[in-house]
Amino acid sequence: MSGAPSQILPRWADLVLLPVVCLAVALLVAGGVVALVGQSPTEVIAVLVYGAFGTARGLSYTLYYATTFVFTGLAVAVAFHGGLFNIGGEGQAILGGLGTGLVALWWSAFLPVWIMLPLMLVAGALFGMVWAAVPGYLQAYRGSHVVITTIMFNFIASSLLVYLLVNHLRPTGSMSVESEPFADSAKLPAMHEALAWLGVAWPSSPLNLSVLLAVLAAVGVYLFLWRTRAGYHLRAVGSSPGAAEYAGIRPKRQIMLAMAVSGALAGMVGMNEIAGVNAKLLLEFVSGAGFTGIAVALMGRNHPVGIVLASILFGALFQGGAEVAFEVRGFSREMVVMLQGFIVLFSGAMVYVIAPMVGWLLTRVMRLLPTGVARG
Amino acid sequence: MDDSLLATLVASTLRLATPLIFCALAGLFSERSGVVDIGLEGKMLFAAFAAGATGAVWGSTTLALMAAIGVAVTLSWMHGLACVSHRGDQVVSGVAINIIAAGLTVVLGIAWFAQGGQTPAVSNAVRIQAAFPQAAASLSGIPWIGPLVGQGLLSHNPLVYLALALVPLSWWLLFKTRFGLRLRAVGENPQMVDAAGVSVSRLRYGALTLNGILCGLAGSYLVLAQSANFSPNMTAGRGFMALAALIFGRWYPVGTLWACLLFGFLDAAAILLQGVPLPLVGEVPVQIIQALPYVLTVVLLAGFIGTAIAPKALGRPYSKDR
Repeated sequence: MSGAPSQILPRWADLVLLPVVCLAVALLVAGGVVALVGQSPTEVIAVLVYGAFGTARGLSYTLYYATTFVFTGLAVAVAFHGGLFNIGGEGQAILGGLGTGLVALWWSAFLPVWIMLPLMLVAGALFGMVWAAVPGYLQAYRGSHVVITTIMFNFIASSLLVYLLVNHLRPTGSMSVESEPFADSAKLPAMHEALAWLGVAWPSSPLNLSVLLAVLAAVGVYLFLWRTRAGYHLRAVGSSPGAAEYAGIRPKRQIMLAMAVSGALAGMVGMNEIAGVNAKLLLEFVSGAGFTGIAVALMGRNHPVGIVLASILFGALFQGGAEVAFEVRGFSREMVVMLQGFIVLFSGAMVYVIAPMVGWLLTRVMRLLPTGVARG
Repeated sequence: MDDSLLATLVASTLRLATPLIFCALAGLFSERSGVVDIGLEGKMLFAAFAAGATGAVWGSTTLALMAAIGVAVTLSWMHGLACVSHRGDQVVSGVAINIIAAGLTVVLGIAWFAQGGQTPAVSNAVRIQAAFPQAAASLSGIPWIGPLVGQGLLSHNPLVYLALALVPLSWWLLFKTRFGLRLRAVGENPQMVDAAGVSVSRLRYGALTLNGILCGLAGSYLVLAQSANFSPNMTAGRGFMALAALIFGRWYPVGTLWACLLFGFLDAAAILLQGVPLPLVGEVPVQIIQALPYVLTVVLLAGFIGTAIAPKALGRPYSKDR
């Protein structure tokens, strides 16, 4: 992942115009594929937008998906600010869910809800943290590259989850690979339940209180990175390990810290998917959200505000995409996966290909304008 | 262990290792030239789809192979456009290739064949058949050696032997030719290669082209030899396992071959040992055997069993102005 793509563009264009252009290119290419397979892009977009935002229920689903993406997106961003590419959000989220679920399975029968929920949150974050800290340690002290080790840890995590579910957590005699349901004290209240206590009627959906946790996490990441000494050290190492070391910051420790915080954030996915929705441990509760986090962080330019916006966009794509798959014959949810790939390609890898073109266009436009306006 | 079980184990080890060998050699060329390739998985998947779709529609093995190779090379060049011609991030580009392949193959599959993302099965005439169909039967009379050689080693299709032959060939190309010397140099110290008047990007594009061809063969093998059609996500992490094998082989062709055979063996053993208790350890859970390649690679990377030293310029984009 790379920093500011160019000195070619003025700052506002780099921050606003370029991401919009990159997104537009990705949408255009995806629209081209939609047209190629014989469907109307405008119809798809209309159904998609209505499905994602048109109803209270659709909106709730959008926000439910977005919650998970905020966690995984923030995880990628924090590691990035420490100069690391954490590609292991998938595995850390699996471990986070495992931590959340194990605590719930062990103690939910006799602990009250106000102890249970914080405990599950801490356990999830801790499991995710450990799963990221090991690659962090190996990078910092043994020189093995974090990209490769986190990929390996993704596979190890999914094997571990399958092993535990099949051999230990599945109730004897049960055919389906999932644990017993948790007791009620381990269930994070759904949004419609919480709103009902306040007297607001809201359709039932998987959206739960962890959406508030996601907002808190985004604010927390902002404060940590830009308002604390520790965050400053972390970013210093990310932008220039050499300079940071001269300034008395130990890069190795910062690598550990960046990965630990990153993993803890990814681990919180468990609160949304396991504590909030399923109320039991099962397979495939992450299903690619770790990789969506990469797209989210790239689109959100690694800033919490951008990440929240990008998460809502991706949440809308997943929810709207599901609606389109329901309404339009021949449309599949993989369209959304494909679009996600194009966004990673054009907002991430191809930025340097697109930026000079945008710069060229921009200077042309600037020349046409009177200078006073152009400078403004 | 009786002799037929041993023969089966050898045969399935080779069969399962073949796509890994193609793919790991693909990664070897790219990484030796300094370009990280996380996108092996996606390229192999897309190539498998191309082979399946072309083979089913036009019924020609040659066309299917060409389509697979063409698609994989195109994806490699796209990687090159982003990360060799421009300073795009190689890991991000690889991730993009993987996600696009996972989505687009299913989208196109549903649009063209309407079978939930699968392609129709290719006919037996299109599939690549065993190279020596008579070997197993004619050698079966000889005790021990007969089944082992006949079924274990000689029952395979030409792609398996091609994969094995490509290992010494890659070694020769990388370590005994001028092209190979330059390719390795560009992965260690591109400035030096540039100063010597050799084009860095041409060499890296060359490596990426070889990478694409090999990924195309890996994908074709899955559809034309292993199973008869493409199904969504059929690569199932093999691209990443190949990446692990490449690292486990320490970026050397022969080492990579051994790693691929080891991982292929573990894969075969995981299938054969399901529910079979072993002496001393009892029943080994399948998931542990499946996770072993990744665990071993991490342990190797951590420097606990020897060292794995990556090409020095790996992952760093090269631009003249610096």
